[in-house]
Amino acid sequence: MSKPTQPAEGAPVIEANSVSKRFGSTQALLDVDVALAPGRCLGLVGRNGAGKSTLVSILCGLQSPDAGEVRFGGDAAPPLADVRAWRSRIATVFQHSMVVPQLTVAENIFLGDLPRRRDLVNWRAMRAQTRAILREWDFDVDPGVECETLTVEQRQIVEIAAALARGTRILLLDEPTAALERDAVRRLFDRVRALVSAGVAVLYISHHLEEVFEICHDVVVLRDGEVVLSAPTPGLTEDELVGAMVGDVAPPVAAGGRARATGRRAPDGAQASERLVVSEIFAESARGSLFGASLVVRAGERVGLTGLLGAGVATLGRVIVGAHDYQSGTIEFDGRPLAPGRPDAALAAGIGYIPEDRWLEGFVGHLGCAENMTMSIASRLAGRLGLLMPSTRTRAARPLADQLSLVSRGLAQPVQELSGGNQQKVTVARAIASKPKLIVAITPTRGVDVASKELLLAALAELTGDTGASLLLASDEFGDLQICDRVIVLVRGQVFTEFTEPPYDDEALIAATEGLAAVGSQ
Amino acid sequence: MSELTAPETVVATEPNAPFEHRSRRLAAAAFVRGAALLPVIGVLLILGSAVSPVFFTTSNLAGVGQQISALGVTVVGESLIIMIGGMDLSLESTYGLAPMVAAWLMVPVAAYGNGTTIGPFLGILVLLAVGAVIGLINGFAIVKGRLNGFIWTLGATVVIGGIQDGMVNGQSLYDLPNGFSWLGAAYAGPIPVSLIAAVVIFVAVGLFLRYHSIGRQIYAIGGNREAARAAGMRVDRIRIGVYVAGSVLAAIGGLMEAGRVGSVAADQGYGEGIIFNVFAAAVIGGVSLKGGRGGMLGAASGVVLLGLVQNILDLGNVNNYWITAIDGAVILIALVMARVVGGEVTAE
Repeated sequence: MSKPTQPAEGAPVIEANSVSKRFGSTQALLDVDVALAPGRCLGLVGRNGAGKSTLVSILCGLQSPDAGEVRFGGDAAPPLADVRAWRSRIATVFQHSMVVPQLTVAENIFLGDLPRRRDLVNWRAMRAQTRAILREWDFDVDPGVECETLTVEQRQIVEIAAALARGTRILLLDEPTAALERDAVRRLFDRVRALVSAGVAVLYISHHLEEVFEICHDVVVLRDGEVVLSAPTPGLTEDELVGAMVGDVAPPVAAGGRARATGRRAPDGAQASERLVVSEIFAESARGSLFGASLVVRAGERVGLTGLLGAGVATLGRVIVGAHDYQSGTIEFDGRPLAPGRPDAALAAGIGYIPEDRWLEGFVGHLGCAENMTMSIASRLAGRLGLLMPSTRTRAARPLADQLSLVSRGLAQPVQELSGGNQQKVTVARAIASKPKLIVAITPTRGVDVASKELLLAALAELTGDTGASLLLASDEFGDLQICDRVIVLVRGQVFTEFTEPPYDDEALIAATEGLAAVGSQ
Repeated sequence: MSELTAPETVVATEPNAPFEHRSRRLAAAAFVRGAALLPVIGVLLILGSAVSPVFFTTSNLAGVGQQISALGVTVVGESLIIMIGGMDLSLESTYGLAPMVAAWLMVPVAAYGNGTTIGPFLGILVLLAVGAVIGLINGFAIVKGRLNGFIWTLGATVVIGGIQDGMVNGQSLYDLPNGFSWLGAAYAGPIPVSLIAAVVIFVAVGLFLRYHSIGRQIYAIGGNREAARAAGMRVDRIRIGVYVAGSVLAAIGGLMEAGRVGSVAADQGYGEGIIFNVFAAAVIGGVSLKGGRGGMLGAASGVVLLGLVQNILDLGNVNNYWITAIDGAVILIALVMARVVGGEVTAE
């Protein structure tokens, strides 16, 4: 299978040659060729389930391909068991931080290979070397602090520094901006550019095409396990890229969801009844506390909620659905007070919940799709004696699966085996299964590809349009907010301003989230 | 490329015929995992008949059945608790204290009772109530008080076992009323009543777990408690309920044991250290300590396996002083085999 390697300039430091991988009846990868040269940044894009994760796991030595091979600088890849050899060649920075929170920055950077003197850890050398590496790359982190006190951005820096300390010159960044706020994203890009110009090869995986255009020299598009496009970025347009990702199948909604949202007449503020009234909520949270946040959602209304990472956007959503307790304030739903900290009470009152972290709250991984999708209506589906047949669940789940175009090998397939986007569909299905009067969705499109994102937003918009349900959409993706009738901006746990005229201007939203000039507000 | 991997929109609109097929296959796979120990049990049956001609007699097998039913019912209780993501080491003490309190209230002062001499029917109600109260206390401490289940029940088992000893000054209580002993001692033809009861309990709980909405909630809570909470399940209430059910089942196990031996010994349960066998049977049978996985078929085969091993060791005239070591070793071997046969999910 091996091709002759050209020793020419710009020879790839890592290449996948005709790599194929199959899981059961699913062909995850077919004849995939990818090559990455030093000092280049290669974007890898594709819809959920296109085979990105499989390719990543093969490139970083977590599994071996069925056919084809991975080569490093022309040499064959080390055996899978030789983790150390793999880690010295390629390092992956995953979406979820892999640092050990209880250890210091220095320890995390040298994890697995602490500098030693006569078998004892040489703390002084470790700190000195850490400082040297951080200085060399101009990273601003204190080597002596424990990682649990660091921000997401700083943890990412630690992971990158650890890779560089091992001598790795190939970095694989998997959705690195997913949990970063805007300024941090900008700083990350600066760092990536510095790394690339110093000769590091970067493989950049993202759902955000504008990011790919901004920092990637080349881009590879995967679709159904095959490379459908491989080209330098500058010659491409965003439409071409989306076209390659989606293929001949017309994107299920294209702009449908958004068009409908902006074309729709918002319910008349004065007449529509107040469905959800949140007043003066104070709540503590590590991820953004609330200091007297208030808002109103009327019947049939779609309200967006946005803000910086620590502004309390997610916290407010979680407080409303009862997933997070609060110190003071009141929440009324349809005129009745809602019991605090009780998700079951919120569900019974008619609130559907799409959690921010689907792995944590979205589904039970080893149970089947149908069971997860109907979890919120299990007691409703059960007969008087509480009996609940699997066939009943499947019957109730099928229309939801069709509506959301869920891809699974059957509704009994465990959710943990699905791709990220399909897992998210299961989570959304669970929220809408109960036909709620209000859906609280917290960053529902995070980690979801472009087409599935449109589909999810369209499903939410459709539900609110058809049934008159209200929607509270908390998101830091301004594109998502375009389906909303109003957008409320939180700054430091309080409502800062509100935008009432879609379409919303990104610049104005950014300024508002930063707590600057209240442009476009009332 | 097969149609199952076709692009999203195509699959979704297709009729779901292949899905049904697939779901049946998954169900079959789950059954195989649950039944992973059946071949081992087959081997033990052959081994047993080779060791002694007595093995394959009705009276011997009935005796084994009677012996394992008390353990088995307790294993059902522990399995439920493990499945919902908890653990209860104090079931062994409940297994002793519940019948002890009942016996203490039933037998005359001369037989170390307290003299109230209540009837056997009331005695059984007391036994169930003791189980329920212990389960309720454990459940509240662990679920509402957020105490670590392992440490709390480790402490509780010592306290409860100590109460059992202390309330009768270390005596065994004989002369149990017939009505109280009936479940553990009686035979329906050649079959012990306790075995029938245990089988009924296994089947009923197995069906409950599979087809009742609360049974499904137990799996969901054990698999991912936060997701279950976010889906609107009353997680705390169900967890406490499972601790209560587990303790009541342990009390019923204790009732069977008391009936079988015709007395309540001061060391019944805690003193004998049966909790090791309870956990071993559940885990060998594929009930994962991680929670959320396992079933009654597996748990039952774990119980049968342990009972057969014990019986074969007895019949094989193995030196009494070595029986414990061999018994323990067999459990470890069974654990390894369950892991090999059942794959990743079991034996964790």
